[in-house]
Amino acid sequence: MMKANYGYADGSGQYYITLDTDKCDGCGDCVRACPASVLEIVPNEFDIIDGGDIMSVREEHRKKLKYSCAPCKPTTGGGEPPCVTACPHGAITHFLSSAKGQVM
Amino acid sequence: MAEKEFWRWPEYRHTTPGINWREGKVISAGVDIGSVSSKTAIMVDGEMFAQSAMRTGSSSPDSAERTMNWALEDTGMTLKDIHYIVGTGYGRVNVPFAHKAITEIACHARGANYVWGPTVRTVLDMGGQDCKAIRCDERGKVQNFLMNDKCAAGTGRGMEVFADLLSVPIEEVGELSFTVDEEPPPVSSTCVVFAKSEAVGMLRSGWSKEKVLAAYCRAMAHRVVDLLNRVGVEKDFVITGGIAKNIGIVQRIEKELGIKALKPDKWRSDPRFDPMLAGAMGAALFAKALYERSKGQG
Repeated sequence: MMKANYGYADGSGQYYITLDTDKCDGCGDCVRACPASVLEIVPNEFDIIDGGDIMSVREEHRKKLKYSCAPCKPTTGGGEPPCVTACPHGAITHFLSSAKGQVM
Repeated sequence: MAEKEFWRWPEYRHTTPGINWREGKVISAGVDIGSVSSKTAIMVDGEMFAQSAMRTGSSSPDSAERTMNWALEDTGMTLKDIHYIVGTGYGRVNVPFAHKAITEIACHARGANYVWGPTVRTVLDMGGQDCKAIRCDERGKVQNFLMNDKCAAGTGRGMEVFADLLSVPIEEVGELSFTVDEEPPPVSSTCVVFAKSEAVGMLRSGWSKEKVLAAYCRAMAHRVVDLLNRVGVEKDFVITGGIAKNIGIVQRIEKELGIKALKPDKWRSDPRFDPMLAGAMGAALFAKALYERSKGQG
């Protein structure tokens, strides 16, 4: 089992988008659901022999997730972000790990 | 006379003595194009043969060619002799002669396994512009990794900026940061640009440059410990990337974590184990595996 964690922090706290690569089959539903085009489907470079394809956060978004994910982040009141609800396998989580003021 | 460039870390190449590459079955290479440095590791049957590390230029393909050519220099080997090449790092898709690109996260874990052995479980890659905390198994396969959107603070580029600001050669920063009577509070800014102006203020208020370096090293260490604690540190723990050579950062991370890094100085006696090249080494090992698989030997 392999878990990828992409973090971002803004004024409200520290957030993570995580992917369980064992559950991800690279279907791309999350990619189509993301309004900011943050995600993509790429070959699983963590298992080069028989990894198949998996979801990944695009390189160009990795240092600006706090802006890219701001409209849907889990504390906006809109419930689970679209990337999470779109995944038919429950492979993605997107959560606030510590609110501002707690240890990051 | 040109002003001394204090940020400029030594570029180098090295050939492992006593290896006749012509007798090797598999010659593989990894080329790691980072945001600050470009590295090549050439392996003969899975052992380090030749390597180079140099500054990344404005063009990734040019940087890839320069670091590869420098590693090949005086070895008698040419690019055509290498069976399989894997590109990694930020510029991995721009290595013109690579057969495949593999994320640096997988390569650093695999490289750390090569440098320090199968007991490594946690790898902290401190690169030129970002840091990644990686958990891996006894084969160096990634089980869990974590990165965040923090920018150049806590990275090689940030350290270059501070070396330059304080006119301290970058290789001496670590040692010098310990020559303070008392450990100062860390620099508070998370942005290099702000941290630099904070440091200028400290100098103006009478702080020695050693004290400012200590404050900056401590801030860098603190920032990556947050990252490590989130991924969970299991022994053995190692640090890769250029910053792994900065004792001022390494010891402060160890102190804050309460865990010692495994043989952080191994590279001093044997350049084959340069932690800055861990990504390139991992890429070279993946290249070997991919070549063998293509030949039906894997």
